[in-house]
Amino acid sequence: MTGLQRAGRWIGDHLVMAAGLLVLVYMFVPIAVVMLMSFNDNSKSRNVYAFRDFTWSNWAHPCRPDGMCDAVVRSIEIGLLATLVATLLGTLAAFALVRHDFVGRSVANTVIFLPMASPEIVMGSSLLALFVAGGFGGQLGFVTIFIAHVMFCLSFVIVTVKARLSGLDGNLEQAAMDLYASEWTTFWRVTFPLVFPGIAAAALLSFSLSFDDFIITNLNAGQTVTFPMFVWGVAQRGIPMQVNVVGTVMFLISLFLVLTNMLVTRKKAAV
Amino acid sequence: MRRGRFTGYWLMAPAALWLALFFVIPFYSLLATSLFDPEGSVLTGYDVDYRFANFVDALDQFWEPLFRSLWYAAVATAICLVLGYVLAYAIAFKGGRWRNFLLVLVIAPFFTSFLVRTLSWKLILADDGFVVDTLQFLHLLGEDGRLLATPVAVIAGLVYNFLPFMVLPLYASLEKIDTRLVEAASDLYASPTRGFLKVTLPLSKPGVVAGTLLTFIPAAGDYINASLLGSPNQRMVGNVIQNLFTSTGDYATAGALSVILMAIIVAMVMVYIRTAGTEELV
Repeated sequence: MTGLQRAGRWIGDHLVMAAGLLVLVYMFVPIAVVMLMSFNDNSKSRNVYAFRDFTWSNWAHPCRPDGMCDAVVRSIEIGLLATLVATLLGTLAAFALVRHDFVGRSVANTVIFLPMASPEIVMGSSLLALFVAGGFGGQLGFVTIFIAHVMFCLSFVIVTVKARLSGLDGNLEQAAMDLYASEWTTFWRVTFPLVFPGIAAAALLSFSLSFDDFIITNLNAGQTVTFPMFVWGVAQRGIPMQVNVVGTVMFLISLFLVLTNMLVTRKKAAV
Repeated sequence: MRRGRFTGYWLMAPAALWLALFFVIPFYSLLATSLFDPEGSVLTGYDVDYRFANFVDALDQFWEPLFRSLWYAAVATAICLVLGYVLAYAIAFKGGRWRNFLLVLVIAPFFTSFLVRTLSWKLILADDGFVVDTLQFLHLLGEDGRLLATPVAVIAGLVYNFLPFMVLPLYASLEKIDTRLVEAASDLYASPTRGFLKVTLPLSKPGVVAGTLLTFIPAAGDYINASLLGSPNQRMVGNVIQNLFTSTGDYATAGALSVILMAIIVAMVMVYIRTAGTEELV
């Protein structure tokens, strides 16, 4: 290889990485803006969405905008409940799909992918049509949002846990059984700990999907206001900067949890 | 396989029931809604009188936002494919031991609220903002040219919001590629470009197909970007459906429009998968 070729290759190699990092930077610019705006003082000009003065007050008084913290609490409640149910049902289903044979398994495998491949507006309006047809049109609220969220989180949970479960080394369970562990003990001492990172990842994903959802929620919420609906409502009038505080906190907590899950998994793999 | 014959059914039943009740059956309700007599209302109830005219009415009134949605989604998907391929390629082949960390960074934007993220684009693309000023300085944008309330802003928002959906499947299929195949191509005197076009690209096709679908479908149904970053001139079909359901209360037309959107997407997906020729999509 001549020097020129080598130089060409070096540039080629690093060009790809540089371009990739540039795309990554592009993905982070809006997050940086959210963080920056959480320190913005816009008390003098509510209608202009631009950085004016630096202030700590948004962080000191996050609940100042009317109804925002109620909306955040409601979103957390719905998110936790939907995550709990979706993770439980989804994990059971993932075990069924990987470990057991039953009639209709391939159909189930296909149906699970459909919610991820349907536009939210169509799923949302279908659910609304169902609720109205069932006579619940006047009772839209917490329960209908919860039902909808479990529905769209389920597929993501099943896919995530399934991936972890099918990558599992069956020999470990075999070894436990050979050493006279009962099926029950084997499950709780061997299988479950090995699958757990997958379940944790699925739960995290569920919560962020639920907390973040607007399109389906908005159609099925009635008078109930979740955090994204609050943001939508104020977006027309002038956005309180505290919205960015919530965005920043959410971002930091999720990043922390995901990185922790990743490091714990890696440590286990190393041992 | 193990334990009783019915264990699989018991484990599957709760999730299956939930999806059947709240995902499959609602499609039937939607179809019924689209055939309502539009004279009814939510309070008095509707009669299903197989009014297929609803579809004609809906198309006649709203063909423009419908067409616009598909067009914006297609452009956004194409841009996502280029950006996403570069990023996925860099992570898969140059990421080394940083791969997993870089992947976390790819999904990190999901951790802030979708709406809050989109609102920050409003600031980035603002009339007296840095981007607009630079483009005006370079004369790429006229003196009083703007980005907000233009198709550019809406498409930029769509690209940004759905890029991770493109990167993840692309990465999954690029990562599986045996690098020895690319080396073999280079041993046989293929230039790096030719090696990429003849080996890497064809092998990553399942990722390309899955990624484009996962980007196009939500983008076509989205209306948040169009509302926050666009003007009424950039109204997409999602805006119309949402408005008809929640403000106007015209369930029949909204239902018909939803069914049309779903039908178009299903048809396009089937043609696309057939021409792309991948079975291992899922």
